[in-house]
Amino acid sequence: MTELKGATAAAGAPAAAAAPRTSPAAHRPRRSRRHVLELVVLLGPALLLFAAFVLLPICIAAYYGMFNWTGYGPLSDFTGLHNYKLVLEDPVFRSSLFHNLIIAVLSLVIQLPISIAIALLLNRRMRGGSFLRMAVFAPYVVSQATTAVLWLLLLQPGGFVDELMESVGLGGLVQEWLADPTIVLYTMFGVLTWQFIGFGVILLLAGLQGIPAELREAAAIDGASAWQTTRRITLPLLGPTVRIWIFLSMIGSLQVFDLVWIMTLGGPANASSTMVTYMIFFGFHSLEFGYGSAAAVLLFVISFVLAFLYQRFVLRRDTDGALTRAVG
Amino acid sequence: MFFQRGGGFMATQVKSGEIKNLTPYVSSWIGELGSQAQAWQINGAQYGVPYDLHTVGFWYRKDLFAKAGISTPPTTMPELEADVTKLKAAHIVPIAVGSKDQWPDAFYYDYFAVRECSVATLQAAVKGVSANYPCFAKAGDDLKSFMATSPFQPAFLNTPAQTGAGSSAGMVADGKAAMELQGDWDPSVFQALVPKSTWQTDTTDLGWFGFPAVPGAPGNATALLGGSDGNSCSTKAPEPACADFLQYLDSPAAQQLIVGASLLPANSAASSAVSLQADQDILRASKASSFTQEYLDLAWPTNVGTALDSAVATFFAKPTSTPPQSIVTAIDQAATQQ
Repeated sequence: MTELKGATAAAGAPAAAAAPRTSPAAHRPRRSRRHVLELVVLLGPALLLFAAFVLLPICIAAYYGMFNWTGYGPLSDFTGLHNYKLVLEDPVFRSSLFHNLIIAVLSLVIQLPISIAIALLLNRRMRGGSFLRMAVFAPYVVSQATTAVLWLLLLQPGGFVDELMESVGLGGLVQEWLADPTIVLYTMFGVLTWQFIGFGVILLLAGLQGIPAELREAAAIDGASAWQTTRRITLPLLGPTVRIWIFLSMIGSLQVFDLVWIMTLGGPANASSTMVTYMIFFGFHSLEFGYGSAAAVLLFVISFVLAFLYQRFVLRRDTDGALTRAVG
Repeated sequence: MFFQRGGGFMATQVKSGEIKNLTPYVSSWIGELGSQAQAWQINGAQYGVPYDLHTVGFWYRKDLFAKAGISTPPTTMPELEADVTKLKAAHIVPIAVGSKDQWPDAFYYDYFAVRECSVATLQAAVKGVSANYPCFAKAGDDLKSFMATSPFQPAFLNTPAQTGAGSSAGMVADGKAAMELQGDWDPSVFQALVPKSTWQTDTTDLGWFGFPAVPGAPGNATALLGGSDGNSCSTKAPEPACADFLQYLDSPAAQQLIVGASLLPANSAASSAVSLQADQDILRASKASSFTQEYLDLAWPTNVGTALDSAVATFFAKPTSTPPQSIVTAIDQAATQQ
């Protein structure tokens, strides 16, 4: 036991001064060779795959983005950053980006409170609790393509949704859900909410399970009301989970594609287009692979910057202990 | 050898240098196919050969026209607009359109351009990849006044053209709409969407008429919009074997077989094999017309074609707030990126 302790201490810098001078110097090369071998064997394959399938394609896309290229023939028409400039200047790309941001903000303002409310409700012990949990989670298990086709049928003019609204006396509120350019984006958001609320609820439920019951009991003994306990104890302790949810939701909002592509193809009049549908339509459908690559790279940069800023300024306090301080 | 559609799509591919110039092998017989084969040339060189022809026009249901008290199909735009009013009065959707797919919208703009522009202007516009001619702007104005009659089904902006019973083709096949501006392939789409037992598309219920004349428009009043399917040979293909096979596909014997698949033959020698009454009407219209303009979204290079479809679709979505001129602007802007 002591021997083991000594060996560990020898590796640590502060303890090294106290240890005999020869000892660490003699052990270090062997240990570091082993250390390097460990790194290579354990990290190598993952890094290789990451480089081949993530970093390399990004670099290639950035390179393609500098050419006027239809996909046929060699890359010969070098245009520098012209494609990037064109994408950023295109009002359709700007409105697509804006649509992504609207979805991100609406998710935060609408999906998050609903998720928290349902999670708090389902966290209580009650009859049929597991059934309800399953019911809430079910839409998330369905693939986005299936969800899109399902809602496409439900939202047809005179379809299920319209009939349902009319039968409960809300006929006056019936809209051309997918054909009205002023409404279609919010219809998309509604379907996204239907699909992803279950994911948020499950994530938050897991977070709630991690809050010790003793804290609530102690608060109850101190005379706190149920609302006060929720407000002062449960929600603050749920913070890390909420912040992770916001992160995932934000990234998801920037990458919305399947649902929109199947339901509206980004239309009508680009009213439901997102950055990814823009890239597919004006890049790949138009055989403008250089332009499409430039749009793809910009999508990546925007997502990366937002994700980085969020990590840096919001998530850091949650990950600080886990990643930067030695545990144990 | 591979499937090809000619026009600007082919021109985009030819830039790769991978498509064989077939001129030396086909020059002796390609003339038999008439003017449509010219859309398969780039600067006089033949890069592919069509085996069938396509023509866009109005497919209509005679039973619904009769119900609305329309005895003969319209031949001018005012007549068509009057028929739209009659059909609406009979609570029938006058025209179904698959705007979700965008390209069906472009048929309307293309046809108005064909009516407003002279053949020489259309050819110059395609060759020079530009819509910067007054007649293209006029086509936008025509489209705007036609849209003002609200001829389409409710929520048409999210209707697909050919997918499912709710598509524009499905609506006509199902008797929910009276007309559709579509290609000659539409009857085969109807049959795929609606079981034959409910409605026989090869009965006399189905009629066809060409895009109506626009009064006062200086262009050709009988010119058609269309295209063709065919094949190109890669530079690696053995010659003259590949070109010989393309010639075989256009021989009367092979053309009879192709027509059997409910298509219009590229070689008019096989026209007698066309059985559907409406298809005979199309062939008569082609014969009577001196000129067929290739769909503009395929005649122009692909990125320009996409810009055209997208701009027309935007116009369909917001006809009152979008200036018709925006279509011309979008086309010319895409052309500068060539």
